[in-house]
Amino acid sequence: MSEALVSVKNISKTFSANKGMFGKKKFVHAVNDVSFDIMPGETFSLVGESGCGKSTTGKLIDHLITPDQGEIWFQGKDISKISDNEMRPLRSEIQMVFQDPYGSLNPRMKVQDLIGEPLLIHTNMTAGERLKKVHELLGVVGLSPSHGERYPHEFSGGQRQRIGIARALTVQPKLIIADEPVSALDVSIQAQVLNLLQQLQKDYNLTYLFISHDLSVVEMISDRIGVMYLGTIVETAPKKELYANPRHPYTRALLSAVPIPDPEKKSSRIILQGDLPSPSNPPSGCLFHTRCPHCTEKCKCERPQPVEIAPGHIVKCHYPDIQETTK
Amino acid sequence: MAQTNTNLDQNKFAAAEELPKAQSKVKEFTKKFMKRKTAVVSLIFILFIILMAIIAPFVVPYAPDQPDYTALLQGPSAAHIWGTDEFGQDVFSRLMVGSRLSLSCALIATVIGTAGGVVLGLIAGFYGGFVDSLIMRCCDVLFAFPDILLAIAVVAIIGPGMVNVMIAVAVFTVPSFARIIRSATISVKQSLYVEVARSLGCKNSRILFVHVFPGTIQSMIVNFTMRIGTAILAASSLSFLGFGANVTEPDWGAMLSLGRNYLNTAPHMVLFPGILIFLTVLAFNLLGDGLRDTLDPKMN
Repeated sequence: MSEALVSVKNISKTFSANKGMFGKKKFVHAVNDVSFDIMPGETFSLVGESGCGKSTTGKLIDHLITPDQGEIWFQGKDISKISDNEMRPLRSEIQMVFQDPYGSLNPRMKVQDLIGEPLLIHTNMTAGERLKKVHELLGVVGLSPSHGERYPHEFSGGQRQRIGIARALTVQPKLIIADEPVSALDVSIQAQVLNLLQQLQKDYNLTYLFISHDLSVVEMISDRIGVMYLGTIVETAPKKELYANPRHPYTRALLSAVPIPDPEKKSSRIILQGDLPSPSNPPSGCLFHTRCPHCTEKCKCERPQPVEIAPGHIVKCHYPDIQETTK
Repeated sequence: MAQTNTNLDQNKFAAAEELPKAQSKVKEFTKKFMKRKTAVVSLIFILFIILMAIIAPFVVPYAPDQPDYTALLQGPSAAHIWGTDEFGQDVFSRLMVGSRLSLSCALIATVIGTAGGVVLGLIAGFYGGFVDSLIMRCCDVLFAFPDILLAIAVVAIIGPGMVNVMIAVAVFTVPSFARIIRSATISVKQSLYVEVARSLGCKNSRILFVHVFPGTIQSMIVNFTMRIGTAILAASSLSFLGFGANVTEPDWGAMLSLGRNYLNTAPHMVLFPGILIFLTVLAFNLLGDGLRDTLDPKMN
């Protein structure tokens, strides 16, 4: 196997939640000891519920925030501790597509200026050359060159997301971090955008870090999947392996919640008890033990280490072999 | 991968030989602005006043300081269309010539004050922290005084004279701008597209001038046009108090204040300066609204 494009090693990030001047300082553990590799040309997905640290992980890799601990290697270089100025040239290699297509485009700039902005920053092209490239990319994402003269508010959500994707493509990046790129869109538009992303991956040989909470979207687009819970990755596996043979109780519960488009089929959902623990006060031992149906004393005090139970299938659980008894 | 890209690029380049033309921003702005009739009328009025300020001494029927003791405090007539004042000086001529002092003082003072306030507000809002606290606390000190009292204090310190009046008016314009621009900067800075700009690799200077600053222009223009009215009145008041223009010099505010004494016998002495100040301030406000709407891409 070739060398990883991105290699994340044990990164952690905490945010301070200040409780006034005299209150005790609290820390929210947004990302906790997360490690994964992304191979060139693949789509690696992070899934998990709201607030589990998926987006924070994406921002850490994009160097919008820096990790407290751990290393992020991109193309054989540790980018976790470099300054913003050192990071700037690398930004043409890493581009991000954001969740909110309404907020991510500056409302005072024309679409062609928005898409051309990375070219303005990273290349020495003239205004005409930039515009030419912009028109070309508008075509690639299914818009017409005349759309470049318009402003973002004249477009629908799906079209805006295409504009965001076109902007990410201008400088021909190696890695695109797609932070919930379709969750703000209608289901029919979601399919269009996902197809576009897949097509672009083929044409431009892109690598995706795809962040989503929607398991059916993830199933469509991913090669490998990391399941996150409370700031940590509990299970990593190739897509087919994960969907066919989930080993972590949380993954099983998540997968059982995916709706099946068949009214006759009896769904066997695993209902998790309790609420998501507060990330400012994470549980001891296994982070999932407060809600796990198979929790034992060992789970309560000892944090499970990642175990590779099949090639590429890594799970953080003391009892990965327990079979689920569904009701 | 690189090969597929270059192939694609070459095909596209062959398809469209010449580079598309980028439309001029000025042209587009003019086109949009011309659609706003009230703003255009206001602009014409302001241009007329500015023109008068430049050429009035050569075109008005009477010299502004030429007394006519046979016609004191006369109402409008064929000889003096806007009447005469207590020395028999022609009100129309004085007003036209006076536009030079009043307008230049108000405009220059407001522009200086705005520039200072915008720069301070942007720095405070964008960088935050200690710089922010320092700038805003200084503004709070200035805010603690009523505008006109502050201006009088400044003039008292640096001495009377038209230039010093401008400085005084500029000084009390700064804090209101700094505060408004700071809050606008903070709200724009937190928007997602500014984070996106950072992720694209924009330098701080580009983020500040291309992404943050345009978002604050609307509040700046509205405040600017409002402050011009205040500045005209403030400069006039200072002149009346003897700090600025000499009382014998033609100045809108000074004329208005002097005319107050003859309100019962010669109301035209306050009427015409009043109308002129009112129209000028109104024109600046309407122009400001028009500019704001033109600069807003969501308005067509």
